[in-house]
Amino acid sequence: MVTPKVQVENLRLSYGPKEVIHGISFHIEPNEILGIIGPAQSGKTSLLRCINRTIEFTTNTRQTGTIRVDGEDVSQMRDVYALRRKVGMVAPLPVGLPLSIYDNVAFAPRNAGVRQRAALDEIVERCLRQAALWDEVKDRLDSLGTKLSGGQQQRLTIARALSHSPQILCLDEFSIAIDPVTTMRIEDVLKELKKEMTIILVTNLVQQARRLAARTMFLWNGEIVEIGPTSEVFSDNPKDRRTYDYVNGIFG
Amino acid sequence: MISSRSKLSLYGEKAIEWLIRICGVSAIIFVFAIFFFLFREGAPILREPGFNLWRFLTSTEWYPTSMSNVRYGTFALIAGTLSVTGVAMLIAVPFGLGAAVFVSEFCTGKLRESLKVIIELLAAIPSIVWGFIGLTVMNPLIQTVFHVQVGLNVLNAALLLALMSIPVMVSIGEDALKAVPDSYREGALALGATRWQVIYRILLPAAKNGLLAAVLLGVGRAVGETMAVLMATGHAVNVPHSIFDSVRTLTATIAAELGEASQGSPHYRVLFLIGILLFTLTFIVNLVADLVVRGINRK
Repeated sequence: MVTPKVQVENLRLSYGPKEVIHGISFHIEPNEILGIIGPAQSGKTSLLRCINRTIEFTTNTRQTGTIRVDGEDVSQMRDVYALRRKVGMVAPLPVGLPLSIYDNVAFAPRNAGVRQRAALDEIVERCLRQAALWDEVKDRLDSLGTKLSGGQQQRLTIARALSHSPQILCLDEFSIAIDPVTTMRIEDVLKELKKEMTIILVTNLVQQARRLAARTMFLWNGEIVEIGPTSEVFSDNPKDRRTYDYVNGIFG
Repeated sequence: MISSRSKLSLYGEKAIEWLIRICGVSAIIFVFAIFFFLFREGAPILREPGFNLWRFLTSTEWYPTSMSNVRYGTFALIAGTLSVTGVAMLIAVPFGLGAAVFVSEFCTGKLRESLKVIIELLAAIPSIVWGFIGLTVMNPLIQTVFHVQVGLNVLNAALLLALMSIPVMVSIGEDALKAVPDSYREGALALGATRWQVIYRILLPAAKNGLLAAVLLGVGRAVGETMAVLMATGHAVNVPHSIFDSVRTLTATIAAELGEASQGSPHYRVLFLIGILLFTLTFIVNLVADLVVRGINRK
């Protein structure tokens, strides 16, 4: 059996006294797209932040259980920066760094030690193309990334997340600020990217998970209600009644 | 139809708008009033026979009370002010901005709060107390550590000025860094940047205007400081050749001599001219900084 790309075992997470993830276990296979659906406050974003350890920026959190990436316990990793380059993250709200568009995308490769202009040029163009942003910004790569529109900034963050060639790409509701046409273009890119990397797709749009994900996980109140092949989760009789209700919009 | 109440609120709105406008304009008026006052007192000396502006700026001979041959050369005083300020900034800028980064980015909870309180306390020490420290503590200390004859010199005053301007740099600099949205930090860290990379690639560029303002306030404080430098520089009219030479600053000269000069006398007017000189100096510093910021922003 192949080692799972990501293996989560009995993960619990609390912010202060409030536990938000109640001991969940699952795994993600290499080159798989895993869709994670669930209502707000169900722990989707927190889960992603545990995987690349950006949860550590929040004070007063407590985490138990283990998360393994390529079989290696992330909490034991000495080089957390390498982990974060391995696990690309696209946050739901676009955060253009206060740099030029070019420098935004070149930020992570430069930090990792890429210095040659030609190599950087190549990375910047490839990532902006993959994020469906190249055509709109190719003539003004020197202007500030924060001056772009919301949807463009969102795609800029996708380009940035791709810039360090991650093995795992976490997309946290990436399409919130993007129009449907561009969303479809990025979805096509994701299908291509699947050949190179593992993708975790957190989304509020259940249909997006249905279109893209091989397997889908339904997370609710910090617990996994159901995880299985997407066709099964979206079928007329999933294992859990709540899944059917949520997917069909008659939840709550 | 407009009801009487909404009419009232319309007038209220107008009144407040005017009030705010007056507040804004008053700043300009005050600056010009000060400038005008300085000029009115100082400018007549320029028309006096025997007064030479070029000599005033370049001569090192400052004998304002000489009976036989009065000479007003401020070059040594300008050199004194610039040397003390320059050395002070060499010490204060790295320490002040470093402390700002430390307080803003590396400290949490209790340490951060207590550090801020202590740094602000440092700002509250009166300058005369700093001068006293310079006279009684630093003076012998510099004499023994560096084996020099006089401990009242550029180094002594610069150290005091550095200590005096660091608090203001730290608190303004820290505000500037805190104003950088956390999303920048998290975004950069999530891309695998180290803390240091986040600081010098993201935070310092993003906060550059505020940080420059912090440095400028420090420079302003150092140029304008009077009492501490009066006590710590040695108060000797002298163009310094090393940091262990005694000097005298423009501000200290005004403070020490204005009380003695009779109103309207050439000496009195020359002291006001020194005031204009100081004003111009700080104006140039601000202008240069402004241009630098604009240059950076355009890039």
